Amino acid sequence: MYQQWYVRCVTPALFTIEVLGISVAAGALGSLLGLGGGIVVVPALTLLLGVDIRYAIGASIVSVIATSSGAAATYVRERMANLRVAMFLELATVTGAVTGALLAGVVATRWLYVAFGLLMGWSAVAMLRKRAGQAGSAVPASALADRLALHGSYYDEAAGAEVPYRVAGAGKGLGLMYAAGTVSGLLGIGSGALKVPAMDLAMRLPIKVSTATSNFMIGVTAAASAGIYFARGDIDPFIAAPVAAGVLAGATAGSRLLGRLRSSTIRAVFVAVLVVVSTQMLLKGLR
Amino acid sequence: MTGQETRTEVLISRLLRAGVLASVALILLGTALTFAHHPQYVTDRRAVDTLTGTHASFPHTPSAVAGGIRHGRGEAVVALGLLVLIATPVLRVALSVALFAQQRDRTFVAITAVVLGLLLVSLVLGRGAA
Repeated sequence: MYQQWYVRCVTPALFTIEVLGISVAAGALGSLLGLGGGIVVVPALTLLLGVDIRYAIGASIVSVIATSSGAAATYVRERMANLRVAMFLELATVTGAVTGALLAGVVATRWLYVAFGLLMGWSAVAMLRKRAGQAGSAVPASALADRLALHGSYYDEAAGAEVPYRVAGAGKGLGLMYAAGTVSGLLGIGSGALKVPAMDLAMRLPIKVSTATSNFMIGVTAAASAGIYFARGDIDPFIAAPVAAGVLAGATAGSRLLGRLRSSTIRAVFVAVLVVVSTQMLLKGLR
Repeated sequence: MTGQETRTEVLISRLLRAGVLASVALILLGTALTFAHHPQYVTDRRAVDTLTGTHASFPHTPSAVAGGIRHGRGEAVVALGLLVLIATPVLRVALSVALFAQQRDRTFVAITAVVLGLLLVSLVLGRGAA
């Protein structure tokens, strides 16, 4: 098989360099889209480099934290990530992660893959439609968002202007984040791919604020499970070292780019990735 | 109000950057030590399997990491760097609790304190499961 052939043909030094290169790309993409980079790291490590799935998942958890911390340092300082929204929603994602951990082994994940594959497919269509009818309709008022002072503004470099925005559906967002947290706890994937559509569609945040805020949040949920993976011996330092270093470099570079890219570009790339993730989940559930 | 918020953002951003830089420094140092101790890793085509195969052995408990560092082992230094990386978001939540308390924002002190509590609960739960 190709994987066995690869493992026999490569030296540890070359392996490190290859993983580093893949991880720089994963970090840059993840930081722009508010994803952890697992969608790049896991298939690259298992299919291209023949790494065992257990270590690949361990490395992808490290990649999520590295993307989050690497990019969030910039996003927080530039007010691209909305701290109050993030911390309010973390209530739900972390509760969801605990629920997911408790349900693991009790729930049949097969149909969850199908359900969330379909949900992501629907989100992709809804986000694309929002793109077509972008001329902003008025954002409905949310008493909860007012009380928690969640509204904000950010400087959009591409538009060359300060963009103020109001947050809608705070309660609905909290519910969706709970579901997202539970699913990522159960399936170990899709946390950012579910968080961004929830913020975009239910809470009506600007797309850049959604991806930057998602980025800020995913590190916390991943850190909770990373301790467990580390203790279990799923995080191989020889694999995780180039992943962490590469992703941090990629995410730092990516985070400098987000402000300059056009919102419509970010939205289009995100929708494309969502279609890929949704297909992957459907295939996993239906196989 | 905005002055306060800017300070919060700057402090959180600095904490994240410090965590990232410390972990990268440890990871690079550890990788350098690994290759310095095992020069054959540049040429040996069979070593990847020993390092990344399912039977690979590496430190994954705090005592093994500490012991490895005392012996100057590269993989233990990398593991410490990974632990610093994992701890950074948790420290960020703890710092947020303190910053909101300073601003007397009771609602957000409660929110961030619950998040911190749940994070610690999930670590304890995980220890049971692992």
